[in-house]
Amino acid sequence: MGLLTFKQGIHPSYNKEQTKNKEIIESERPEVVYIPLQQHIGAPLKPLVKRGDMVERGQKIADTDSFVAAPVHASVSGVVKGIEKVNDSGGGRVEAIKIEVSEKDNDNFLEPLTANPENLEPDVIRERIRESGIAGMGGAMFPTHVKLAIPDGKEIEYIILNGAECEPYLTIDHRMIIENGHEIIEGLKLLMKSTGAKKGLIGIEDNKPDAIRTLKSLVAEEPNIEVKETETKYPQGGEKMLIKALLNREVPIGGLPLDVGVVVNNTSTAAAVYEAVKLGKPLIERPLTITGSGITKPMNIKVKIGTPINEVIKQAGGFNGEVGKVILGGPMMGKAQPSLEVPVVKGTSGILVLQKHEVENYSPSPCINCARCVDVCPTNLVPTTIAKLAELEKLDRLEEMQVMNCIECGSCSYICPSRRPLVHNIRIGKAEVAARNKSK
Amino acid sequence: MQNQDLIVTSSPHVRDKSSVAEIMWSVVMALLPALLAATYIFGLRVLTVVGVSIATCLLTEYVFQRVRKKKVSILDGSAVLTGLLFAMTLPPSIPHWVVVIGGIVAIGLGKQVFGGIGHNPFNPALVGRAFVTAAYPVIMTTWTFDGVTQATPLNLMLMEGEATPYWELFIGTIPGSIGETSAFFLLIGAAYLIYKNYLNWRIPLGMISTVLILSWLFGQDPLFHLFAGSLILGAFYMATDMVTSPITKIGRWIFGIGAGSIVIIIRIWGGYPEGITYAILLMNMTVPLLNKYTRPRSLGEVK
Repeated sequence: MGLLTFKQGIHPSYNKEQTKNKEIIESERPEVVYIPLQQHIGAPLKPLVKRGDMVERGQKIADTDSFVAAPVHASVSGVVKGIEKVNDSGGGRVEAIKIEVSEKDNDNFLEPLTANPENLEPDVIRERIRESGIAGMGGAMFPTHVKLAIPDGKEIEYIILNGAECEPYLTIDHRMIIENGHEIIEGLKLLMKSTGAKKGLIGIEDNKPDAIRTLKSLVAEEPNIEVKETETKYPQGGEKMLIKALLNREVPIGGLPLDVGVVVNNTSTAAAVYEAVKLGKPLIERPLTITGSGITKPMNIKVKIGTPINEVIKQAGGFNGEVGKVILGGPMMGKAQPSLEVPVVKGTSGILVLQKHEVENYSPSPCINCARCVDVCPTNLVPTTIAKLAELEKLDRLEEMQVMNCIECGSCSYICPSRRPLVHNIRIGKAEVAARNKSK
Repeated sequence: MQNQDLIVTSSPHVRDKSSVAEIMWSVVMALLPALLAATYIFGLRVLTVVGVSIATCLLTEYVFQRVRKKKVSILDGSAVLTGLLFAMTLPPSIPHWVVVIGGIVAIGLGKQVFGGIGHNPFNPALVGRAFVTAAYPVIMTTWTFDGVTQATPLNLMLMEGEATPYWELFIGTIPGSIGETSAFFLLIGAAYLIYKNYLNWRIPLGMISTVLILSWLFGQDPLFHLFAGSLILGAFYMATDMVTSPITKIGRWIFGIGAGSIVIIIRIWGGYPEGITYAILLMNMTVPLLNKYTRPRSLGEVK
């Protein structure tokens, strides 16, 4: 039998050797942190502190009454220096609370909920996840408690933990599974309890055999949890791809995983859920991989939220050689940064630094209809045609071609022998269609 | 590190190494065994025909790009490939001036007037061949073998009902165009291209199996139809031209099956002994429609 997987996809160079065997280390305390008021998809937060306030580590410093939001907490003890605009990873500007870090941390965590998951009420777990500010740590930063709020009439059969880590270079989920497997399993049980899901699945690509072994031995006595080995293929970690691979179910276009009875969370998110419930610790740190030929000491490191990335780069031995690109996330979907003043947020899974010679300056040539993009698209679209229609702003035709089902994985641009900016144009087309449909 | 030194472009930040030039040159390489076999069978004149054809195509492409003030990209391999493919459809004894005219038509009318690589609806090499076949029918049907003018196996079959031994057809020691005779060496190159994923196998499979099945249904010898004439050359190297064939999987099947059907119609009931050129050119016309109506079902789409 072949390994579990989805149809099509690509096999880029994985480049994970630099960091896959390196234990996660604790970052040093920075001098200042900038904690953005929006680190999630949804409503912006209002600050709960003002200039001059003393804050303690774990203290909630911004929140909102809106449902689709995740509050933020001080990641260090210190003094609020004000609210400033800082760069966000997407090239925009966002308001952030600036905290000058004090000599020593005083923890101000929530009350630990030490009861067995079976004895905790689903509402209590969800409320705790919300209060702890947990948002998807795989990169999307969707508030986790919203995902777990199941509308009436829907039933969740499976919680899937996404440990595929299909992005090249990144190894942080891999290391978290090896070093924090127990926390991840306990977090999964809490997620199952909070949604009423009877089964838990953990999907991991087969290029991480040690992670698969670790988790399999941890769930040997757990009848409701299964570890599933998938083929190593990008974008296996895409939510829809993982559901297809593990359960052979297809999320309907425009729908959500819960329409097929599934909620998917990242493995590191599950570990954060465990810490929030069992230790009362809000999401104030996140583990990430800092790597690439442009980094002197590639490593896996647990970073305090709000730490500027130049601080993290310094701790990883600084730049190596002539640097071309600094990317937040992985090389396939990560975002190139114009400056190093951007703070680490809840969704920052990696800092990738490429040397100048690795960063090709692509000049596109005409499409030769080779159809490689058609053959690799994981959602089975026709990228070359969609990209052309996007350039022509043919919005009706774009919708006919199911442009909104594009997950922006970049496989089409990756494989294109004419080096055409396919996913770039498709993204613009998606945005135009979305804007038009909103105004209608 | 100065911030302004950082390069900012949208994702993905890594790319596959392959390029258009690599694909084109790989197809050229794949044709070399058949070219060498043809040189051995027909003599060194094959090389001058091929050389003249490639040189004409390159020069035509260069002139068009200069006149249109476009970037000169004659080294991307596509014009060389067109020149080579066009030459392989010609009789070895063809006068060089006919090769020159066909080469100019192939690149000029077949490709550059539409805007160059990626924009042409028809296979340029076949446009060149169709032109010279219509303009110089006698020259294009004069087949010299071992210094004697002879009929091709397909002609013998059409006119005299006389079959040629399979082994001669397979190896290619028969009268015919430069590239069409040696099925064996063409298949070696095709296997390499399929292995490299540079060739849409659905098109040749659809086209060849259609020819086999239909010829059998109409009481003809399927193996003869497979190895006589330019079916192998056309199915593997002409019909699969990326620019002029469909981009969807179902579209490729229909394209191949359609081309195979037209070949049989022309060979059995048509005035020409051979029908590959027109079969492929006719199917080239259907590509925009095929692409439009064979869009694959997207993941999660309910049709």
